[in-house]
Amino acid sequence: MSDIRNSNPGGEDYEPQISASGTDAVGLAAGGSAAPLPTEDKSYSQGQLVARRFFRHRGAITSMIVLGLLVVVAFTSIGVGPIPGWWPKDYTLQYDKIGDGAPTWEYPFGQDTGGKDYFALVMRGTQFSLIIAFSVGIVSTIVGTVVGALAGFYRGWVESVLMRVTDVFIIIPLLAVAAVLGRMAGDSGIWGLALVLGLVTWTSLARLVRGEVLSLRERDFVLAARAVGTGAWRIITRHVLPSAVGVIIVSATLSISSAILLETSLSYLGFGVQPPDTSLGTLIHDYQAAFSTRPWLFWWPGIMILTIALCVNFIGDGLRDAFDPRQNRTKD
Amino acid sequence: MTTLDISTPGPASATGDAVLSFEGLDVTFKTEFGDVHAVKGIDLEVRPGEVVALVGESGSGKSVTSMTALGLLPRNARVGGTVRVGDKVVGALDGKALRDMRGNDVAMVFQEPMTALNPVLTIGDQLTEGLQLHGIAYGKQAMARAADLLAMVGIPEPERRLKQYPHELSGGQRQRVVIAMAIACDPKVIIADEPTTALDVTVQAEILDLLRSLKDKLNTGILLITHNMGVVADMADRVAVMLKGDLVETGTADQVLNHPRHEYTKRLLAAVPHLGAGPGQFGDVAAVTATPDDLPALDLSNLVIEYRRVGKPTFRAVDDVSLSVAQGEIVGLVGESGSGKSTIAKCALGLIPAASGSVSILGSDFRRMKGKDLKALRRRIGVVFQDPASSLNPRLPIGDVIAEPLVVHQEGDDKSRRRRVLELLDAVELPRNAYNRYPHELSGGQRQRVSIARALTLDPELLVADEPTSALDVSVQANVLKMFTALQERYKFACLFVSHDLAVIDLLAHRVVVLQNGRIVEQGPREEVLHHPREEYTQRLIAAAPVPEPLEQRRRREARHALLAQLGDEVTELHVEDDYERPYPTRDEGGNASGLGGFMADGGS
Repeated sequence: MSDIRNSNPGGEDYEPQISASGTDAVGLAAGGSAAPLPTEDKSYSQGQLVARRFFRHRGAITSMIVLGLLVVVAFTSIGVGPIPGWWPKDYTLQYDKIGDGAPTWEYPFGQDTGGKDYFALVMRGTQFSLIIAFSVGIVSTIVGTVVGALAGFYRGWVESVLMRVTDVFIIIPLLAVAAVLGRMAGDSGIWGLALVLGLVTWTSLARLVRGEVLSLRERDFVLAARAVGTGAWRIITRHVLPSAVGVIIVSATLSISSAILLETSLSYLGFGVQPPDTSLGTLIHDYQAAFSTRPWLFWWPGIMILTIALCVNFIGDGLRDAFDPRQNRTKD
Repeated sequence: MTTLDISTPGPASATGDAVLSFEGLDVTFKTEFGDVHAVKGIDLEVRPGEVVALVGESGSGKSVTSMTALGLLPRNARVGGTVRVGDKVVGALDGKALRDMRGNDVAMVFQEPMTALNPVLTIGDQLTEGLQLHGIAYGKQAMARAADLLAMVGIPEPERRLKQYPHELSGGQRQRVVIAMAIACDPKVIIADEPTTALDVTVQAEILDLLRSLKDKLNTGILLITHNMGVVADMADRVAVMLKGDLVETGTADQVLNHPRHEYTKRLLAAVPHLGAGPGQFGDVAAVTATPDDLPALDLSNLVIEYRRVGKPTFRAVDDVSLSVAQGEIVGLVGESGSGKSTIAKCALGLIPAASGSVSILGSDFRRMKGKDLKALRRRIGVVFQDPASSLNPRLPIGDVIAEPLVVHQEGDDKSRRRRVLELLDAVELPRNAYNRYPHELSGGQRQRVSIARALTLDPELLVADEPTSALDVSVQANVLKMFTALQERYKFACLFVSHDLAVIDLLAHRVVVLQNGRIVEQGPREEVLHHPREEYTQRLIAAAPVPEPLEQRRRREARHALLAQLGDEVTELHVEDDYERPYPTRDEGGNASGLGGFMADGGS
């Protein structure tokens, strides 16, 4: 949340003299019917108001906690790279099978056909899915915001070129282009795949941001900034984008959940994460035939996908309500 | 016209029981930040044929009060007390009875006719909707009746208008349509919520004439909600003044406007600029000291501004306008909406290009400048826009907003900028602790002060003010104007002051330029243009501006009607035919229009 809050402009020495404020406020009120400033010295910025509303949204907060726990468990249990985790078993090793591999105390998620520990595998898959989802969210948000802001602010030929490029990206079936590019980027591993997916999913955000910027650039405070002689870059970064941050953040959150689903579909089709590594989609793909005989092989990755996507969607919902309180004003 | 002696309490035509009454009305809103007590137990009634003006500043609860009469408050509102429309108690009605009451017994005229009408339905559809819902007329009959209604409110060619859409009508005609919709089911009382605020003065005068003849001829009670004291003086029989949810004073228009008893009413009236009183109402502006040899602060010559439109011919918004503002001089740019005054202001700021002609600021021409020179020139111009809510970046604290021009022009360091901002906060009479506040925490007037402070940050030689006080309440406007004159005396900037409010121009400007349809109609010193106008258009404009004094306003109204007659124009009024049949809704239960039996005698006169 810190990125949407206004940073304190000048550090500590910017603190104004509050001591004389009380009398000043009274003097002002006496001068007319203008209401005095709020007497308490707490000052809410727009960002703080949004945060306040967000933290009242129970669904979003629960989802935030669940997602947080999931992230912590996924990364600490089997460890990341060279750092070992607290879970004793390795996802690459095959162990002796207990019965048909159904969940036991030893193997809480069960074992796969070859005897691998399914908990470790699912955690590894969750790690990958989360990494891909968040990288895609970040990449597509940056690209979409830049494209949308430039197109909306400059209009004219800049807008024509950028929006036609956007149209081209939109008309190519997302899954097809992601599959082809993902295959090509497959060699560079998970980060290459994440980058490629980010580069094909920014289009809807670009259009949203452009629309927002189109209306913001006509607002009086932008006109006032231009009249003072403010340059285009400063207007975009300081006056226009901060006001569009609601749209951007909400859209970014939702793009994260769609990225998870996109990665799942790609891996399911065999174009995503390649063996020996695994992702939730790959796991489902590998064990789709086992659905009736060894259902846990299907359910655990399925539940993980569902949980992550639901949590992210709930958080997005909470953010949207927080940014646009008019939607549920009568709630009491 | 009905003779109406406003000095007696209650007009002669106001007879019978109240058609609308509030008894101990109390409204509380539940919000995120706790309860808001919007209306605190008020008593008020409107009798047939009477105009009661509910006056107050924004947030005083006047609109909330009126909405309770229609049962149209949002769900987070809790209403206490009794609201009676005719003999029905609004709070006791269920959904269907409420819907029956709306339109039949009480109707509403909204502030902004463009948004009050549905843009995708024809005028005919919208007019007949109410008639059909209330079972007064159907099909062709309803259309015929709708045409009658349009004719009544003075819209020419009503049959053709029925097939048109709202955007094809002018603002004044739209408001007439809204009034026609309001009277379609012959309500006992009409609630007019700021019915003329969005309209130009000449149109406002016509709409007020129409409303006045409406209550005379149909004997309808009108609850007029307004902040404009001139409108009150022109229309009201009785006046109720609201302050923060309380009624502080009620009485006849004469009592309240000429002999106010409550402190707040007195202050409110003192804050209204009075057309014809000239400068000095809120402090003096500095006299112009520049000689004709000095460079003018702003010089427009033969300026033409055009808007290119796709698929349509180019629109010429400003046509061959020449005017100049000397250093230290305030020039008032007056005109109705669409006259091109804001376009000229934006062009003077270099925000829109001129198609031809020249714009020069202190001798340097905007059109020949680029990059650094242009930026340097912009230093010397400040700007204040109309709407304080949208002219401040909601994401920046006030200190940053005011310091922004310094940062853009890379002047000074953090410390000197901070000093300058605090100095300006003092100059515009804002407390220094506003420094770290955000725009949404300030009131409208305070925000406009911030706007003015920002405009003055770089000590500009020229200030362009586009309707800087139009969005403010009168008492706030008075304070801002006072501060403005004081600042002008101190900093001696030249100013292009755009406004539609002649009274504000009258107390500020050294010279006045009157615009109509992108052309200059008249320009000259203030006394000449505003007090002895030569052009017909200026005369109409001045005659239509209401003053906040009932007797004087009546004189002015009659003078205006005489002027219109002399110019060969008709005075707007409701055209009621002798065979006008009052509609009797077939599904009306209980309450009917029988209490208004005496209307025909009135209507025929």
